Formats: sequence, C-alpha cells, structure tokens
Amino acid sequence: MKKILIVDDEPNIVMSLEYTFKKNNFEVFIARDGQEALDILKNSLPNIIILDVMMPNVDGYNTLEQIKKDERLKDTKVIFLSAKNKEKDIEKGLSLGADLYMTKPFSVKKLVEQVNELTK
Amino acid sequence: MSSVVLLIILSFYLAMLFGIAHWAEKRGNSKWTNNPYVYTLSLAVYCSAWTYYGSIGVAAKSGLNYLPIYIGPIIIIPAWMIILRKIIRISKVNKISSIADFISLRYGNSRFLGALVSLICIFGILPYIALQLKAIAETFHVVTQTTGDSNIFSDTTTYVAIALALFASYYGTRYVDASEKRKGIVTAVAMESILKLFFFLLLGIYVTFFVFDGFDDIYAKASVLENFKEKNTIGGIPQAINWFFLCVLSLFAIFLLPRQFQMSVVENNRENHIKTAVWLFPLYLLLFNIFVYPVAWGGNILFDGQAVNSDTYSLLIPQFFDNKIMTVLVFLGGFSAAISMIVVSSIGLSTMLSNNVLIPYGFLGRLQSEVQETNNKKIVNIRKVGIFSLIILAYFIYRVFVLEYNLFSIGMVSFVIIAQLAPSFFGAILWRRASRNGAVAGIIVGFLICTYTLLIPYAIGLTSLEKTFINHGLLGIDLLKPFELFGLNYLDPVPHALFWSILFNLFTYMAVSVSFKGNYRERNYAEMFIDIDKYITMHENAFIWKGTAYTSDIQKVLNRFLGEERTKRALNIFSLKYNVDKNQELADARLIKFAENLLTGHIGTASAKILISSVVKEEKITLPEVMKILEESQENIIINKKLTETSTELKAITAQLKKANEDLISKDKQKDEFLDTISHELRTPITAIRAATEILHDDDDIPQEMKKQFLTNIISESDRLNRLITKILDLEKFDSGKQKIYVTKNNIYHTISETIKQLQQLIENKNINVDLISEKNIVKAYYDEDRITQVLNNLLSNAIKFCPNQDGNIAIFIKESDTTIEVSVEDNGKGIDENDFEAIFDKFYQSSNQNIRKPVGSGLGLAICKKIIEHHRGKIWAENAKNSGGRITFTIPKYNRETTT
Repeated sequence: MKKILIVDDEPNIVMSLEYTFKKNNFEVFIARDGQEALDILKNSLPNIIILDVMMPNVDGYNTLEQIKKDERLKDTKVIFLSAKNKEKDIEKGLSLGADLYMTKPFSVKKLVEQVNELTK
Repeated sequence: MSSVVLLIILSFYLAMLFGIAHWAEKRGNSKWTNNPYVYTLSLAVYCSAWTYYGSIGVAAKSGLNYLPIYIGPIIIIPAWMIILRKIIRISKVNKISSIADFISLRYGNSRFLGALVSLICIFGILPYIALQLKAIAETFHVVTQTTGDSNIFSDTTTYVAIALALFASYYGTRYVDASEKRKGIVTAVAMESILKLFFFLLLGIYVTFFVFDGFDDIYAKASVLENFKEKNTIGGIPQAINWFFLCVLSLFAIFLLPRQFQMSVVENNRENHIKTAVWLFPLYLLLFNIFVYPVAWGGNILFDGQAVNSDTYSLLIPQFFDNKIMTVLVFLGGFSAAISMIVVSSIGLSTMLSNNVLIPYGFLGRLQSEVQETNNKKIVNIRKVGIFSLIILAYFIYRVFVLEYNLFSIGMVSFVIIAQLAPSFFGAILWRRASRNGAVAGIIVGFLICTYTLLIPYAIGLTSLEKTFINHGLLGIDLLKPFELFGLNYLDPVPHALFWSILFNLFTYMAVSVSFKGNYRERNYAEMFIDIDKYITMHENAFIWKGTAYTSDIQKVLNRFLGEERTKRALNIFSLKYNVDKNQELADARLIKFAENLLTGHIGTASAKILISSVVKEEKITLPEVMKILEESQENIIINKKLTETSTELKAITAQLKKANEDLISKDKQKDEFLDTISHELRTPITAIRAATEILHDDDDIPQEMKKQFLTNIISESDRLNRLITKILDLEKFDSGKQKIYVTKNNIYHTISETIKQLQQLIENKNINVDLISEKNIVKAYYDEDRITQVLNNLLSNAIKFCPNQDGNIAIFIKESDTTIEVSVEDNGKGIDENDFEAIFDKFYQSSNQNIRKPVGSGLGLAICKKIIEHHRGKIWAENAKNSGGRITFTIPKYNRETTT
C-alpha cells in the first residue's frame, strides 16, 4: 500500500483529500503544518507528500528544504498544492526540488492522476 | 629693610613673572591661557599704581572723589556686549593692532590721522608711565627708608626701569604681526592682577581687623577728625556735576586708553570672553575698592597732624607697626600694578609709534629688501627700540621734571588728553557721515583746549612761574581764565577741561563732517565699520576699488614681509574663500583688501595701503559710484542670502519628494502584498468548496454521512467567503474615507453586555468565565454603537479563541475619566509577542513568532477595529496582562462630533 502525507492547515481541504486518497488505496498521514509533517517523517517514509505553502510555524518551502536534506527521503515525491499562483512562487517551489506545483483551487481528479503518475 | 634685600626679593618676583610669561608663551592656546578669566583679569591692568596707592591718597585727602574712576567703567561695561563686540569684530577682520589703526582706518585709512592719534596717545600716556615709575621709586624708598639719589646711576630705581624696559621689549615683540596674541604678556598681567588684588585685600583686612577693631572702630575714631563730614558727602549740585564729568571721563578711558584697547580688543581671543568680563570685571573693581576707605581713614587717624604722603599710607601703616612682611607684600602688589601698566602701555604705544608714525613716515623706504627675514627683523627692532626708549623716556620725565603732583591728578590729565579721541572713536562705529577732516579737526581743537585749560596751567604750576595767567587769564581777559573758561567757575580743573575740550572737539568734528564730504574711501570704510555684522564673513567683498593690478606684483610685496611660503598659503586661502582662479593675472578689489590686511599687522594700515598702492594703478571713484557699488554689494548679499534660502528650501522639498516617493513605493508594495494575500484568502474557501463539490459530483458511492459532512463544509466555507468579502469592503470604505460613523449617546456597559450575549454560545462551548468589571453600570459616551459592537465582538471572539481549553477566563474592564472611556479585554491565553504589539493591527498580519499566536480569522479583524477606533478619535493598543495573557485596550473620547468620517 502506497503512503501519502498531506500537509495543509485548512481542515476542510484536508478532509476532501483524505477521503479521496483513502478511496484510491493510499495509506494517508495528515499534518497541519510543516513542523508536524517533519515530526511524522521521522517515523514513516511516505511515497509522496502533498504540501501547502502558506502554513503557520514552518511554511511549505522550509519544510521542503528540510525534506531534501534527509537522505532517507530521497525517493519521496513532493507536490506543492498552493493558492499562491504567481510565476515566481511556482519557480521558487520547483527550484527547491518539488516534483510538481499545482495551484488551488485544483481538480481532485487531476491531482489523483498526477499522484498516481509520480508513484508508479 | 635694606635695599639689597628688597632688590633680591624684587629680582625673584620679576623672575617669576618672566617665568609665567615664558610658560604661557610656550603653552600657546591651552585652556590655562585662553579662557575668559585670564581675559578679564588682564583687563584689570586698568588698576595701576594710581588705583593701588592713589585712591587711598585721594580718599584720605578729599574723601569720596576717588570713586568716579570706577563708577564710569561700571556704568558702561554692560554695553560692552554690543559696543566692544563690534569693535573686536572690526579689529579682527581688519587685523587692527592699536587704537590709532582703528581710528585712522575708519577715516579712509588716513596716514596723518593715524600718526596724530599715536602722538596724542604717546603724549598723554608717557607722563602716566612716568607716574608709575615714580610710584615704584617712592615706595621703594619708603620701604627701605632711604631717600632718592640724585645720581641716576646709583639710584636703584634706574635699574628697575631698565629691567622692565628689557622685559617689555623682549616679550612685547615676539611676533612681527602686531595683531597676533601675546599670550605671555597677557598671562603675566592676569597673574599680577590676582596678586595686586590679593595683597591689597590682605592689607585691608590687616588694617581693619588687626590694626583697628573692625569698620566700626575706624568710623568711630575717624568721625572726630577734622572735615570728616565734608569729605564724606558729595557736596551739592556743583560737586555732583564734577562727579558726572569724572564718570564720563573714566567711561571714555576704559575704551580709549592704549593699554585697555590692547588688552580688551587686540589680545581678545574669543568674543564670548566678553560675557564673563561683563560681570567679573566690575566685581574685581568692587573688591579693589572695599578697603580703600578704611585704609585711608586708618592712615588719617594714625598719622593725624604729621606731614606724610597719604598716597603711601598703605606702606606706612604696616611699617608703623613694624610688620615687615606686610610692608613688602603691599610693595609687591603696588609694583605689580605699576609694571603691568608700564609693560602693556609701552607695547601699545610702541606698536603705534612703529606702525603709525615711524614706518609710514620714513622707515617704509628701508623695508624694501627682497628678503623677508631682513624686513621683519627691522620691524621688530623698530618696536623693540620703541618700547625700550618709551620706558626710558618716561623714566627721564620722572627724573627731570620733579613731579610734584600726586598720582591722582597726573592720571587725570592723561585721561583728559586721551578722551580727545572719544568723538572720532565712537563716531567711527555710529555715524556714517563722519569724515577724516572732521576727526582731525576735532582732535586738534580738543587737544588745544585741553592744553590751554589744563596742560599750561599745570606746567606753570610745575615751574613756579608767574601765576597771572592762571589768576587773570590770557592778556588779562577774565573770560579766558584757564580754570574758569567763559566764566564757568564751579567745576574743578579736570572736569572743567574735559567739558570744554570735548564740547569743542565734538562740535568741530560734527560741523566739519557735515560741511565737507569725505572721500569715497572714508565712505567705504564707514560702511564696513558700521555694518560689520553684514560684512563679517566675506569682508573683502565690501572693499571698493577700481583700477589695474597684477597678482604677481602684489605677491612680490607680500613675499617681502610674509615670506614666500606664507604668501602662497594666504593666497590659496583667498582663492578658496572666493572661489577664484589662483593663476588669475589681474587682481580684483578683494585681493587688494586681502593683501592690505595681511600687511597691516606687520607695518600698520597706512603703510600697507602705501605699499600696495605702489604696485597697482588705482582709478578714482566718485562718491555716487561708491554708493552705487555699495548698494549693489548689499543687493548681492541679499541675493546671496535669498539664493541660500531658496536652495535650502529646494533641498527640503527634494527631501519631502523623496520621502513621498518612498512612501508611494512602500504603499504600492503594501498594496501588492495586500492583493496577494486577499487572493490567497479568497481562494482558500473556494478550494475547499471546489474539492468537496467535485467529490460529490464524481463519486456516486459516497456514504451518506460523508456526503452530509461535505455539504456542511461547503456551506461554512461559503459563509466564510461571504464574511471575508464584507470585511474587505468594510476596510476599503474606511481606507477611502467613505465609511461614516454615526455617533449617539450610548452606555458602554450596556453595549458590552449585549455583545457578550451575542457570543454566549461560543463562551459556553469553551466553558469560559467572563467578568465585566466596572465601577458603575451606566457609563455614557457618544459613539456609533453598531461599530463599537463590531469592535467588541472581534476582541471578544479573539479572546475566546485564545483562552486555554480549560479554565478559560476573560475579563473586561471599563474605566472612565473626565474626557474618555477606556475598555480592556483580557484573556488568560498564551499572550502576544512583544514585537507584535503594533503589527497585529496590520491587515493580514501574521506573527513572526507564531508559536505564541497563530493567525486568526481573516487577518482583517483587528485592522478594522483600529480603523473604527481611530474614526472615533480614540486609541487602541495591545499588551500583555499580568497573568501573561493578551490584552487589547481601546479608548474613545466621551464627546465626539455628531458625525465623523
């Protein structure tokens, strides 16, 4: 069973994502901000992480930087999912090493397709 | 006491003065030599041996009459702040080194006038110096109980005079430039001023409290003496008029005496020193006079009926009681007073003699050497010989003419002669129209009257010739009696001479000045003297000159006196000051004035002008032209001032623009960030709605409860979206000023209670305790209730959010003052980061330290609260409560205008 970590501070968005990926046979982990995500990552190695950018405490960019430092997570894919949709935000996200940058609002169907593609 | 012992003491004393002068000269500009106290004490050179011995003599013989000599200066000293400051400024920019320079420069740099003033000064002051030597000699004999020796080579005072002459000529001519400061001399004189006062006070205390039993004792004993009453009253109107003229006389003297001009103007380092002198110098004079009367009357009591010279009471009293130490100390004090007067006067006189008489009238031709050192050596030698000969000459005056007059009257004659300079001196800084011819005529007429009414009778008195001239007047005409001219018979000889001489002097000065116009140069200097403050910074600008001159010629002349290096440096300074090309071939008026100034200190104003004129070709300028140029330069100064003002204004405007621009840029950035944040905030609920809706749309197998949950989410996110839009619009209305506030009289206690009721459900959900704390339950104020409710709702909602999940507590305080009400909302949560106290009121603020507080709600709530409170003309701020929870407080004034925007 593939594992997915969803990192977002909006409970209603998380609820939709959790329902969708569980239905697509993922084991789902949830974190409400970057710090929680990093804590979870200490004990589990998901195949893919869906990461919001604007979050309290540790934001998405910082979280990704920490993830990239961790040798164990080198095969873990990362998708940014953010309402920040400016060219420079996207560039920044990708330059930090994200595999994909999707903007909010998003199509659930497309997200599932991308996740499946990345975790093939 | 034997002469040898006293001479040894004197040698030590003189050596000490040499030492101080030498030390001060070496220390240069240290705070020990360059301070207002040294300056003030050096002015006390005014108190010569005349003060030291003569005052007592006068007080003993004729009572109160010694006083006007000190009252006159004290009356005028406060005006130093204006007059002396002006004179110092004029002298500094023009490099003036004597009163002769000062007067002659003002009247068109007149060589003749300079020489005339110098001669008047020398004529007036030489007997005065002789008087000081006489005082030294006589007191020397009193102390040693010897009599004067008719053979000058065996008379000890001869050697004292020579030593003084050497000292003065050595330290008085350290600089070729006579306008340089003589630190050594000034410091030595200041030291002597301290000593003479100290010794005098010592004597006073000795006489009053040791010889007698205090002031009362002296008074009791003196009051039984003859003429006590007459001597202690002013004595009716005629005597009062005498007093008045004596005051005027000494008032002139404090400005005009060459030694006073030397110390107060030439040796002045900083204008500000005047401020100290204005109070300290009168105080010095006061201290000097406290014991004059007790000592004088003490002497009268002790020596009643004996033929002793009352001038020497101060020595005779301690000697009478065989107090050797006191006698010597008093002698040293008197010696100090005498030599400081001799040294400073002779320096002043010799500068005048060399710079205003000898060099311009003869020696200038001999200063044509191309080598600077040779010329300077010659100048210094002229002055050295000058000082030496003046003192020696004074000594011979004292030896040859048996000076039978007492210290007081000789001093007075000097004062009257010097007073002849008063009209042209004060006119120089007050009256534009005053001309050279007026000044020359006035001084000569004044001097002649003075000769007739004072000098000739005194000379007759000295030589014991026929007294018919004095008693019956010239050719037997009663109206021409020298002491009762034109029948004026109630003045003493000195005030009488002063009255007539100054009257004629002033009248002639004014009449000639008004009748005959001065030339353009006089008019030019008149402007520069009278309006010195206008020209002080760019002094050379005010000098008017037309003609052809070559810079190289002027440079050559300067080389001869300043040396090549200093000349170069000076010209560099000039070109920097006026921003002119250094290699400019033709010299302009400013350079000519500048060059004249450079030479003035060395050879005097007149010679400087002669030398510069010899290498340039000047064209005559008519008076109207001068006036026109002066007006233009005045205009230039005004224009310059305006330009400076304008440029300052421009700078200020530029700075304002820059700031405005920066503000705009920062506002623009803020707006960008605001839009960014808004779009993010709007997209977040839309994202949630979009995701839930898509799931509901695509997923037909969704369990019923999940379906319900997603629909609930959609509803709440839609509401959130709506609230957000409302708030954004609210804020926009406040920002653009469209939001109106409608104030009515309300009870804040009631408003708060109602708001709590609205939030009751949330409060109960979290089980929070809410206290509303107020002294009264009716606290009325004018405000817009709906808006304040909005604020309270926001603050309370936040507080509810931040209360811990258990034992949450919220306290609301109402405080009331005469003009405002204050409401605080306090929770017991984690508190607010100190750095965020202000920032939390910003739109979409997110704390930098989010461990303490997470962003709440839309991030617009507090921003809107702030706007509402500000529109009520109140204040809102954040802080932490004592229990470390957060607290937000706002105030609103009780009385607000009906409607505010």
